[in-house]
Amino acid sequence: MSETTDGLAFGSLALALLGGALRVSTPFLFVSLGECITEKSGRINLGLEGTLVLGAMGGYGVSLLTGSPWLGVLAAGLCGVLMGLLHGGLCSLPKVNDIAVGIALMLFGTGLAFFLGKPLIQPQAPMLPSVELGAWSDNEQVRSALRINVLLPVGLALAGLLHWAFRASRWGLALRLVGDNAAAARALGYPVVPIRIGATAAGGFLAGVGGAFLSLYYPGSWNEGLSSGQGLMAVALVIFARWSPLRCALAALLFGAAGALGPALQSQGITAGYYLFNAAPYVLTLALMAASWTPGQTLAGAPGELSFTQR
Amino acid sequence: MDAAMNRAMRAVAPLAPFTAAALAAALLFAAFLAAQGFEAPEALGLVVEGAFGSAFAWQNTLARAAPLMLTALCVALPARAGLVIIGGEGALALGALAAAMVPSLTAGWPALPVQLLMALAGFVAGGAWIAASAWLRHVRGINETISSLLLSYIGIALFNFLVEGVLRDPASLNKPSTPPLPDAVLIGPLPGLEVHWGLVWGVLACAAAWFLLRRTVFGFSVGVVGGNPRAALMAGLPVGALLIAACFLGGGAAGVAGMLEVAAVHGSANASLLAGYGYAGILVSFAARHNPLGIVAGAILVGGIGASGSLLQRRLDLPDAAVLVLQGALFVALLAFETLNRKGARRV
Repeated sequence: MSETTDGLAFGSLALALLGGALRVSTPFLFVSLGECITEKSGRINLGLEGTLVLGAMGGYGVSLLTGSPWLGVLAAGLCGVLMGLLHGGLCSLPKVNDIAVGIALMLFGTGLAFFLGKPLIQPQAPMLPSVELGAWSDNEQVRSALRINVLLPVGLALAGLLHWAFRASRWGLALRLVGDNAAAARALGYPVVPIRIGATAAGGFLAGVGGAFLSLYYPGSWNEGLSSGQGLMAVALVIFARWSPLRCALAALLFGAAGALGPALQSQGITAGYYLFNAAPYVLTLALMAASWTPGQTLAGAPGELSFTQR
Repeated sequence: MDAAMNRAMRAVAPLAPFTAAALAAALLFAAFLAAQGFEAPEALGLVVEGAFGSAFAWQNTLARAAPLMLTALCVALPARAGLVIIGGEGALALGALAAAMVPSLTAGWPALPVQLLMALAGFVAGGAWIAASAWLRHVRGINETISSLLLSYIGIALFNFLVEGVLRDPASLNKPSTPPLPDAVLIGPLPGLEVHWGLVWGVLACAAAWFLLRRTVFGFSVGVVGGNPRAALMAGLPVGALLIAACFLGGGAAGVAGMLEVAAVHGSANASLLAGYGYAGILVSFAARHNPLGIVAGAILVGGIGASGSLLQRRLDLPDAAVLVLQGALFVALLAFETLNRKGARRV
C-alpha cells in the first residue's frame, strides 16, 4: 500500500521535474546560445544578466502597450542589441577590459530595468501562448508537464541552425576565425572589430529574448526579483558545453531541471528548505565547472582569442 | 621647481580620466532623465544636495560610505592578486549572520569582547566564502568572477534559509529576523554625530589594506602574483596561498561590513541587510582603481549618490532605482575613459 503511494509520489515528482525543466530551461537556452555566438568571436560578455533583466522589462512593457506579446519579444531582443552594441563598442576601445565592462553593464542594465519598469509591476500584459504536446494523454499531470512554451522549439531549432552555421556557413567560419586568431583574420581581410561588435549584438538579442520569456511566460510578470543569476549561469553553461550550440541545448535542459527542483518539491508538499533547493542550479554550475575545467590547460574547443580561459 | 611641478602633475594626472568620466556620467544621467520629461538640471542639483548639501546629508552619506569601504576592499585586495571578485554581497550576508549568532552564545559577557568576537566571526565567515573562490581558481582553474557571484547567490540562499528557519526569532512575525542583539552590544554613533563607529572601522581598514599592499613583503608578493603568475611561480612564491590569503582578507572585510550592519544599523540579521552594498562596492573599487586610499573617497562619492535617492524620490517622484542608473552610468563611463589612461592595459 505505502509502496504504491510512494511510487505514485515519485512518478508525479518526476513529471513535475520534467515539466519544470522544459519550462525553466528556455531562458538558459537563449542566453547561452547568445553567449556562444559572442564567445566564438573571442569576447566574453558577463553583462548578459543585465541584458536579460532589461529584456524582460522591455518585452513586458511593449506587450502591455501594443497587446502583442510577439512585439514584446522583438522589443526585448532590441533592448539586448543595444546593450550588446554598448558592450561591443566599449570593448573595442584600446585598454578596455571585456570582463570589467560586463560587470558594469550587469549593474547598469538592472538599474535601468528597475527604473523604467516601476510602472509595470501592477498591470497584467498579454502572455505568450503555449503548445499542448500532451493533448494525447488524459492525465492532467502529464498534460501540464508537456504544456511547453512556443519559444522552446524556436530555441532548439536555433541551436541546430547555429551548429550548422558555425561549421559550414561563410559567416560562421569568419566568426570562428576572428575568435581563434584575430591576426590571421585581419590578414585575410576580415573586419575583426565590426564582426566582434556584431557578434556581441547578436548575443544580446538572444539574451533579451530569453528575458522576454521570463516576463511573458514563466513566471509571467515583471518584478525586480525576476532573474536571479540565470544570465550569469548561462555564461558558465557555455563553458561547460564547450562552445557547442547542441551541447548548450542539453546543458540548458539540465539547468532547467535543477532550477525546477525547488518548485517541484514544493508542489509535492515539501516546503522545508525551499531556499536551499532554489540554490541547486548555482551548486550544479559550480560542480560542473569544477568537473569540466582542467587547471593549467586551455579548454578543448575554446576560441583562441578568449582571454579568460587561458591560464 | 620643475621636479615639484612634475610630481604634482603626476599626483593629479590619474584624476583627469576620473573627472571626465564623472562628468560624462552626469550628462548621460541628465539626458536619460530629460528624455523621460523629468527636470534634469534640478535632478543633478538634488543629487549634490542630497549627498553633500547639509550636515544631515553628509551624515547619511558617511553612514552609507562605511560598509562600502569594506565591501570595496573585497574587490580591491583580490584585484591586487589579479583576481576579479564580485561576490561581496554574499560575504556580507554570511558575515552578518555569523556575527548575529555570537551574542546568544556569549550571554553575560561584557560588551567589548562580544563586539570583537562578532567582528571576528563576521570576518572569518566572509573571508572563508571569498577564499573558496580563490581556492577553486587555484586547484581547479575555475574562473573566479563567475564562481564568486555563484557562491554569493548560494550564501544569500543560505542566509534566507537560516533566518527564516532555525535561527528565526519566533517574535519576528512579519519580517523574519534573528533574535535582536542586547542593547549593550549595539555599536553607537560617533561623539556628536549620527554616523556610527563603522566609519572609523572602514577608514582604518582601508589604511591597513594600503599599508599591507604597499609597504609589506606580503603585499609585494601578492602584487607579483597579480602582475605575472608564472614569474611568481618561478620566483618560488606560494601562489596558491597568496591568492587565498588576499581573497580571505577581502572577503573578511565584506563580512565585517555585514557585522556592522547588524550591530550598528539593524540590530539583528534580516533581509533588509541585503541592500546592494556588495555590488556598489565593486563600483567603488573600480573607481578607485583598486587603491585602498582611493576607496575612502570613492565610497563617500558612491555613498553620496545612494544618499540622494530619497530626496530624488520625494522632490521629483523618481523611482528609487534612479541611483542605480546613475551608479551604472558612472561605472560604464569610468571604464570607457580608461582608454585615455597613459599607463598600459590592466588585466583587472
